[in-house]
Amino acid sequence: MKLVAVTSCPTGIAHTYMAAEALEQAAKAAGHDITVETQGSAGAVRLTPQQIADADAVIFAADVEVRDRERFAGKPLVAAGVKRAIQAGPAMVAEAEEAASRAPATVGGGPVPPTASVDVGPPGGGGAKAPHFGIKLRGWLMTGVSYMIPFVAAGGILIALGFLIGGAEVATKVNGGSFSGVTYQKITDPTQIWGVAGLAGVLFFIGGTAFGMLVPILSGFIAYAMADRPGLVPGIVGGLIANVIGAGFIGGLVSGLLAGTVALWMTKWRVPRAVAGVMPVVVIPLLSTTVVGLLMLLVLGKPIAGITKGLNNFLGGLSGSNAVILGVIVGLMMCFDMGGPVNKAAYTFGLAGLATGNQTVMAAVMAAGMVPPIALALATTVRKKLFTKPEIVAGEAGWLLGASFISEGAIPFAAADPIRVIPSIMAGGAVTGALSMAFGAKSPAPHGGIWVIALIGKPLLWLLAIIAGVLVGAVCVVIAKGIGRPAEADVLTPAEAVPASAR
Amino acid sequence: MADLITSEFVVLDLEAPDRHQATRQLAETLSKGGRVTNLDGFLADVTAREAQMPTGIEGGIGIPHARSAHVTEPTLAFGRTSGVDYGASDGPARLIFLIAAPDGAGGEHMNILAQLARKLINQQFKESLLNARDNQAVVDIVNKEVLGR
Repeated sequence: MKLVAVTSCPTGIAHTYMAAEALEQAAKAAGHDITVETQGSAGAVRLTPQQIADADAVIFAADVEVRDRERFAGKPLVAAGVKRAIQAGPAMVAEAEEAASRAPATVGGGPVPPTASVDVGPPGGGGAKAPHFGIKLRGWLMTGVSYMIPFVAAGGILIALGFLIGGAEVATKVNGGSFSGVTYQKITDPTQIWGVAGLAGVLFFIGGTAFGMLVPILSGFIAYAMADRPGLVPGIVGGLIANVIGAGFIGGLVSGLLAGTVALWMTKWRVPRAVAGVMPVVVIPLLSTTVVGLLMLLVLGKPIAGITKGLNNFLGGLSGSNAVILGVIVGLMMCFDMGGPVNKAAYTFGLAGLATGNQTVMAAVMAAGMVPPIALALATTVRKKLFTKPEIVAGEAGWLLGASFISEGAIPFAAADPIRVIPSIMAGGAVTGALSMAFGAKSPAPHGGIWVIALIGKPLLWLLAIIAGVLVGAVCVVIAKGIGRPAEADVLTPAEAVPASAR
Repeated sequence: MADLITSEFVVLDLEAPDRHQATRQLAETLSKGGRVTNLDGFLADVTAREAQMPTGIEGGIGIPHARSAHVTEPTLAFGRTSGVDYGASDGPARLIFLIAAPDGAGGEHMNILAQLARKLINQQFKESLLNARDNQAVVDIVNKEVLGR
């Protein structure tokens, strides 16, 4: 059996290492492989993602908080204080064995054949026991999402505060465009924002800057989860390029997975000793970033631009067709990629409507765009068990972000579990879009959400459309989350996976 | 790098009524040997650490320790007693290891202390220290087991 452990104590010069030694001896005596990360003063040698992925169980012997414990999410865990490891190392190893055997499905991943929990690996070892790819993929995505969520919360709330203080036209004042018939010039020199748009404009700008990091951080930390530090540079740069080519968070998922794969592959190269020293600092960042950047720009960029153009033409051709069908289509599009090319095309179509005096499409677009964060906030409130801790935090921010028409609030959920989340919120958006159009609600404002309700035509029916979509979306998410992953919620909360011994 | 331990930091017949006195006597050797610049300041740091959680370890050892600004070099002071309570659940400590680490130390220094800590749970290491005939024998055992020389 393969084990990993983390030891840590307040001073970091004695117990940390005694506990490590005790666990190593106990594991060796029991015939297991163990790797211990000593989080002490001598500098920890970090466990690699591969070592953690391969481990059958995790032992924490710690009197202070284990650093980066989210790395171990989903693993069978035994936790206690350092002294227990020193005094009763063999008992802790035995508990780890038990924890691993009690949770074979969570280690092997989902519907594995029963033999997977029995050690029948090839002589080379380990191959048969590698975690299911789906579980690994989910772990990578969750890492990226957990680093991204604070950016969503900080940026989203700043933008919402900007709207609250300065009214919804603050966005137009900063970015240029027309709002309720008034046209503003884009502020090209950020230092002028305070003078033109005041505190609200500045908050909006800061929030927008934080939002600019969503996709790079998501992409960078997905790659980091896969390849450790070498993944970070190509991941972040790939994410920045995803921003530039307008690929949205789905582009960020692609660039993150791509960067992680490329960086991981490069770290496995066998190179002469003389070159090995500069591999992690120069060679791998340089080559992996070049490869990822080229692929993102040249391979992904054109199709994305093509999709945007195609969607614009498609929507342009729909003008004047059945209003409800149009509402369904823009609703679906708004909730597909939250800031990506499809969402942008629908939003641009709404703006184009405003320019020609049609305010109903904008109302449907805005209403549908408010649905995803609120629907997910509702789902996390009524069914906490289906979501991870970081997702629940994101859900709390989702109410405000959704109400402010900041669809990005749903990205953490969509990035962590796209297959289940995106179709669910699209269903909600379609209902809202259709109802808003059927009711004939109108919005002269291009953004602002609930804060521009005074400007909305038929505001109560418009709200009803949003509520209906939120309910549909939340119900769909809850149902979808229950499909194909029995007891997944338990897998993702390591603290609860095994009753931890007293610290 | 200064020696981790020398014979002047070994007290084979340590007599003390309690752990504070035992720790103080060992710390005094460090102070005399120039490894601790401010005895009371260092003892305050050790006591602060001890207050977080007793440093007695089952099997008859006590490991008072601290990272302190009053320490010049990572040093081990060793005392052997008939028994001083360091708060372990199975009774008093016979072997006392006072580990003094400078505040900002890192790298090599800390690796040595980490290596020492790992040895503290080694039964054979403890027995050989219980049976050591003189101060130099203790120094030799530590150097051999911890530093491999």
